[in-house]
Amino acid sequence: MSEELIIKDLHVNVEGKPILKGVNLTIRPGEVHALMGPNGSGKSTLAYTIAGHPRYEVTGGDVLLNGSSLLEMEPNERAKAGVFLAFQYPTAIPGVSMANFLRQAVSAVRGYSEKAKQAVSAGGAVKPIGSELMPMREFRRELAEKMERLHIDPAFARRYLNEGFSGGEKKRAEILQMAMLDPKFAVLDETDSGLDIDALRVVSEGVNSVLGPNLGVLLITHYQRLLNYIKPHFVHVFYNGQIVISGGPELAHELEEKGYQWIREQFGEPMNGQEAA
Amino acid sequence: MSATNSDHQILGDLKTEYQYGWSQPENYAFKARKGLDHEIVDQISTMKGEPDWMRQLRHEALDIFLSKSIPAWGADLSGIDFQDIYYYIKPTEAQGKTWDEVPADIKETFDKLGIPEAERKFLAGVGAQYESEAIYHSLKEEWEKMGVIFVDSDSGLREHEDIYREYFGTVVPSTDNAFAALNTAFWSGGSFVYVPKGVHLDIPLQAYFRINAQNMGQFERTLIIVDEGATVHYVEGCTAPTYSEDSLHSGVIEIIVRKNARCRYTTIQNWSTDVYNLVTQRSLVYDGGTMEWVDANLGSKVTMKYPSVYMLGPGAKGQILSMAFAGPGQHLDAGGKLVHAAPDTTSQLISKSISKGGGRASYRGLLKVSKGATGAKSNVVCDALLLDAQSRSDTYPYIEVDEEDVTIGHEASVSKIGEEQLFYLMSRGLSEDEASAMIVSGFIEPMVKELPMEYAVEMNRLIQLQMEGSIG
Ligand SMILES: Nc1ncnc2c1ncn2[C@@H]1O[C@H](COP(=O)(O)OP(=O)(O)OP(=O)(O)O)[C@@H](O)[C@H]1O
Ligand SMILES: [Mg+2]
Repeated sequence: MSEELIIKDLHVNVEGKPILKGVNLTIRPGEVHALMGPNGSGKSTLAYTIAGHPRYEVTGGDVLLNGSSLLEMEPNERAKAGVFLAFQYPTAIPGVSMANFLRQAVSAVRGYSEKAKQAVSAGGAVKPIGSELMPMREFRRELAEKMERLHIDPAFARRYLNEGFSGGEKKRAEILQMAMLDPKFAVLDETDSGLDIDALRVVSEGVNSVLGPNLGVLLITHYQRLLNYIKPHFVHVFYNGQIVISGGPELAHELEEKGYQWIREQFGEPMNGQEAA
Repeated sequence: MSATNSDHQILGDLKTEYQYGWSQPENYAFKARKGLDHEIVDQISTMKGEPDWMRQLRHEALDIFLSKSIPAWGADLSGIDFQDIYYYIKPTEAQGKTWDEVPADIKETFDKLGIPEAERKFLAGVGAQYESEAIYHSLKEEWEKMGVIFVDSDSGLREHEDIYREYFGTVVPSTDNAFAALNTAFWSGGSFVYVPKGVHLDIPLQAYFRINAQNMGQFERTLIIVDEGATVHYVEGCTAPTYSEDSLHSGVIEIIVRKNARCRYTTIQNWSTDVYNLVTQRSLVYDGGTMEWVDANLGSKVTMKYPSVYMLGPGAKGQILSMAFAGPGQHLDAGGKLVHAAPDTTSQLISKSISKGGGRASYRGLLKVSKGATGAKSNVVCDALLLDAQSRSDTYPYIEVDEEDVTIGHEASVSKIGEEQLFYLMSRGLSEDEASAMIVSGFIEPMVKELPMEYAVEMNRLIQLQMEGSIG
């Protein structure tokens, strides 16, 4: 059984410029890995690449989930395979209510939509568009329950997705989506930034409530503070497109104390755009 | 990123096929020969047993049509051969087509849209009898008790000739434009609605409730009069694809909204993509009255339609919500006209257009404020969404303001489906087509939320169906 996420010597270019330069990381179910590193070092690039953003061009290496490569899969297939990304900057979708969006997402990921299609190709009657969704009642109940757990006002179900949400509200909404989609592997990209002190606690509790023996997490953060709430098993330092140091929770304390200067001294200044051009 | 789900194939195929429609067996009670001339006008008038003044009006209108040139400022209309058209066909009581003859893929489209059994037969043109006759009759009794008239136009003219004589052609005279003239010469079908003073109708009047009424006619003519303080919502068309063997549809809708009355007229147009749809819709609104046009255009080869509101009394209000979704081979030229001819009148126009697969959607709008319409307020917003590089969107806003004391806002935007939005939705499990459909639904949400519930649901399904299969 290999329900693990394996990142093997991953190289990624963005607009022709190398950003990831050989990332190696294995995350097993139940493990929480914190990823810390200076601005621009490539953390979000790694997150987007795992989720399959078309702008990130993989030039070498592989990302495997359950032994099969994610790289050939469309982003939605990755989601169905159990990959989830909580965005650093979630995108607004005007006119689409949170509830409508989530119902369709949950239906896709949990296979309601697939089952409906199979029933038709097996000769069953064609059902109206919409009937391939998770039953409304069930969906509503689950959504209400999870919103309550994350202290999200029920009115948000009718709000348009991320439109006009405050920074903290967006982050909370991302965790709500994670709770609903119930992934096998989640990347949380700076979910703590923009949260006030109470929200940090609430969101962390939310994340903890989703954690379990089956979920692997990559937690991207700049602050040790988050790790007081969500206990990582491993901490990695990301620098210049690579993981340069790995350790336990104590490494986060060390970074908090000393900053990144010693990393720079040890691993050299990153190549910057001037050279690439 | 490309759509990889091969299961969309079926839907993609379906989409191309349901543009075909099918031919109807030729067993009409009466069919005038092709072509347009005074003899055919006479035949129609005689068939219908019309009063002489209407026959006269038709003849005059034909002369006006023949003297006018076909408008060249909008969509390309050169494909219409006016001599190659049957101007009048009277359906038999029971049409020959049976449900079994309806192609399987079209039945499947109805399934996907979730159209109730009874309505499907009607939409597919199977038989003139609409099975919800019972519903219609019970509603009709209720309306009659309130003094509401809701009948087809032929009955309207027969049973309420005095009203027709007074109002017919006063809102849209034959001289207005070539197609208004053509319609006046050959009109058949459409509705007549009268709502008496102070009567509020909660249930929308739906054109397809009317049985046996040729309301899918080529030259529909509708007259709606909403008397003082009354309210009504009239719904025409349906989201299901509507098959027609007629290549030209040219309706005229005339609406009179009296003091403090309110009228909403909703159209959902989804003609098959070989139809020219050239419609004149106009309303006159008196003191404190409100007119709202909700106009959604999905089908047809060419549409030219600019519902208009003439605010004639102080405090009158006009609202136009216009939507156009132009797919491959379609040119939809839609928008509206707002004319402020009295003080303290307010208006709003929201236009949402979507072009896909080389389709072309244009917004064309007129905002006019006459001298003396002090304190007039108007706001116009038109947003266009382009789904790919081959598609096209144009905006033609005309603004004529002859009064200084006015407040006017105008905004226009053109956008493309954002890569970030697509990726965000796809990262949550939606396929590229589903994600695009969702973004499109969001784009038109401000308009869809104004539709009656069941239409809103169907509309979203239809958008989904139109989006499935082929992006780019
Ligand atoms: N779409 C893009 N176009 C151009 N450059 C990009 C793009 N995405 C990332 N980059 C560049 O790649 C580098 C890594 O960016 P990335 O967002 O991965 O950093 P990060 O480690 O997440 O930083 P932060 O801590 O500020 O979030 C940066 O130099 C950034 O400018
Ligand atoms: Mg980042």
